[in-house]
Amino acid sequence: MAHEQHNYLNHQKGIWSWLTTLDHKRIGIMYFVAIMSFFFLGGVFALLVRAELFTPGKTLFSADVYNRMMTYHGAIMVFMVIVPGIPAIFGNFVLPIMIGAKDVAFPRLNLMSWYMLMIGAAITGSTLFLENVDTGWTFYTPYSSIKTGLGVIPMVLGVFIIGFSSILTGLNFIVTTHKLRAPGMTMNRIPLMVWALYSTAILQVLATPVLAITLLLLIAEKTLGVGIFDPQLGGDPVLFQHFFWFYSHPAVYIMILPAMGVISELVATYSRKVIFGYTAIAYSSLAIAGVSFLVWGHHMFVSGQSEFAGILFSFITMLVGVPTAIKLFNWIATMYKGSIRLDAPMLFAIGFMFLFTIGGLTGVYLASTGMDVHFHDTYFVVAHFHYVMVGGTLMALMGALIYWFPKVTGKIYSDLTGRISWVFIFSGFNVTFFPQFILGNMGMPRRYYDYLPTFTELNQMSTFGSWLIGTGFLIGLFGVIYALLKGKEAGNNPFGGKTLEWTIPSPPPHENFESTPVLTGGPYEYR
Amino acid sequence: MNWFSLITATSFMPVPATKESGDVDSLYIFLLVSGLISFIILIGGMVIFIFKYRRKTEDQKSAYITHNTLAEFLWSFIPFVIMMIIFAWGWSVFHDLRRVGEKGDVEVHVTARQWAWTFKYANDIEINSPSDKKLVENDPDSTLLKPEIVVVPVGKTIRFILTSDDVLHSFYVPAFRNKMDAVPGRRTTFTFTPIEKGDFTVFCTEYCGTKHSNMMATIRVVDGEQFAAWQAEKIAGMAGANNKGPAERGEALFKGSLGCSGCHSIDGSRIVGPTFKGLYGNKRDFADGSSVTADDAYIKQSILVPTAKIVAGFPPAMSSFQGRIKEDEIKDIIEFIKTLK
Repeated sequence: MAHEQHNYLNHQKGIWSWLTTLDHKRIGIMYFVAIMSFFFLGGVFALLVRAELFTPGKTLFSADVYNRMMTYHGAIMVFMVIVPGIPAIFGNFVLPIMIGAKDVAFPRLNLMSWYMLMIGAAITGSTLFLENVDTGWTFYTPYSSIKTGLGVIPMVLGVFIIGFSSILTGLNFIVTTHKLRAPGMTMNRIPLMVWALYSTAILQVLATPVLAITLLLLIAEKTLGVGIFDPQLGGDPVLFQHFFWFYSHPAVYIMILPAMGVISELVATYSRKVIFGYTAIAYSSLAIAGVSFLVWGHHMFVSGQSEFAGILFSFITMLVGVPTAIKLFNWIATMYKGSIRLDAPMLFAIGFMFLFTIGGLTGVYLASTGMDVHFHDTYFVVAHFHYVMVGGTLMALMGALIYWFPKVTGKIYSDLTGRISWVFIFSGFNVTFFPQFILGNMGMPRRYYDYLPTFTELNQMSTFGSWLIGTGFLIGLFGVIYALLKGKEAGNNPFGGKTLEWTIPSPPPHENFESTPVLTGGPYEYR
Repeated sequence: MNWFSLITATSFMPVPATKESGDVDSLYIFLLVSGLISFIILIGGMVIFIFKYRRKTEDQKSAYITHNTLAEFLWSFIPFVIMMIIFAWGWSVFHDLRRVGEKGDVEVHVTARQWAWTFKYANDIEINSPSDKKLVENDPDSTLLKPEIVVVPVGKTIRFILTSDDVLHSFYVPAFRNKMDAVPGRRTTFTFTPIEKGDFTVFCTEYCGTKHSNMMATIRVVDGEQFAAWQAEKIAGMAGANNKGPAERGEALFKGSLGCSGCHSIDGSRIVGPTFKGLYGNKRDFADGSSVTADDAYIKQSILVPTAKIVAGFPPAMSSFQGRIKEDEIKDIIEFIKTLK
């Protein structure tokens, strides 16, 4: 075959052409490499944390080392993997193509976002070698401001910079979606992945600055002794929680909405069927984004905030459940009378729905005030949010990886490898996190270095499960390397997708489209 | 554990020991059953579709169904109604757990501190947790200390008034299904009415530093007579302590209400802070390079302004005892430290 086809990968050559590229596709790949490295590091910390909890008492490390590993696991996974993950990697790669654009609206800003993530990650990561942080990823005051070392300052400074990366990406996506759509592509014809990224971008732009300011206030208190959160200086420690969760609750949806976008694409393509209730899925994303700003107080039912505040936040939180349920019903209805193929990406989509349903239903327990009092800050919560965020987001990430791999590289990802990886990851998640629901029922608090002997068996099950997950992701990584070296040629549309990225060559040319496409219908017209 | 009785809340949760906890368990059973039914409908439907509509031939067509208004209305409205029921039920249970402003038959001031709870009754009885004995004796690696016992009478309303001396802590008794944060500079309450006698474990659920997992206490619920007898015994014990010498009083403060033993050892071993063994009269090296001979003035300063001089190799983790310790008590502590050669 004539392989001197002109595409974005061979458009320019050399490492420098990558580091200065303005091509959204190359930036997406750079994000992939960076974020997967962080994911590896966060995963190693997870395995170490679980290994320590294999037996009660000291298993491998001292309490201090454990608390630090727990902190880095959380901070890396949240701020450097799950929040940027799908939008920065796959959003960057497919969003402009899906709407028929040549690039994002601000290519230079896009490159800058990547560098800000790198700089932020480097500063945060440097604390691993300078002064370890042991606050947990939530940095609650007054522990973080008066009781622990100065490593907190570079740590949150790094997170602050990473936050800017997130804001800039969001801004870029919003403008791109509004301004660069191809002729005929109305807002009601954009693929659901784009809707999800668009809703996420709104959250990133509006919520992240609150985190940024909160972290600056924390630094100000720690360095200058300004009394904002520290009661000894006349501050209010609970105020930090209000500020922190005002960002971090919407951030939960920053993590999960893009995953939902991926699932919409996968379910439509692998059922070869028009998506059921396009409008409902699209606008439920916006509804989730909107309501998510008003629910932060459900993290604080037992913090000493008023009973009335607790009840109000519980009510609004219940409302988020409705658009979330609508999405699940729509995906399942899409499969009805479809032509379903259980390729690896579809398995990940099904795994997502399975785990997300458990995560969502247990979320209702926690939204209910009377029930949350028992479960708050126990392993029940640990299990719940891992089912939602990790089970949900990482399942979608793996599905997206295998689904778009041929488009990105021109090579097919081995479906068998994907399926084997799925078996390990899916079963591993359940073996790891289901016992934690029961531990929560029994009353084991989270962030515990040591525990009562009655909790031992369930903790051992959980640790065993973490090895399965680890193995599953290693197999997934093997699949990437194998496909790059030995993968079959993909062709333009190996899975029969209907969205615009499947109409162009794989890998795509430098400017995506030879001529600007013109749209005459919706994105999933399987007739 | 009985896996077949998964459906009943009590199979995994501790025995409900208070009047309020039974209501929490009823709500839990409703959540569990409605959740299981929803799960079976959603995931069951998904699994059926996967098998029924599997692609058998490559050119197999799918149906073209874009939406169905009635179905969409129903699957939005029904979850909404169920969630409102759960919300209202949760609210009612929450209201019973909180009982803001209600006075208890027995009132105890509970102060949280890294890493101990101090319970102070109206008649000055003071219990400090944890003890210096290991909780799990057959595990040499266990870091858990045996919690001291706090006694309350069954059938009465007990109100714990919580605060914290340093960082956030959270007071959690699984058997009571209740939990409340202890916040520095603020008072919160934890009210409950025990209906079961027995020992119930208190955990700290707000991450509070190195020995977070070690911050336990035991609440012992007994009948009214035993409670009165326990109080009388404690008061007699306090009278006896006042007749002791200064070093003995200092030792009681060190191990008891001031909780110094949580961070400082007396046998030379390193815990969180430096050991007190051989402290008095010897040279101390500080993080800023200076040094001083430990005398009365130095020890007093370290208690009242712990951040003034940081011993080399240790974090500035101690909070000030200003306002919590009397002048005489400082002298007693110093006398006790002098005995630790």
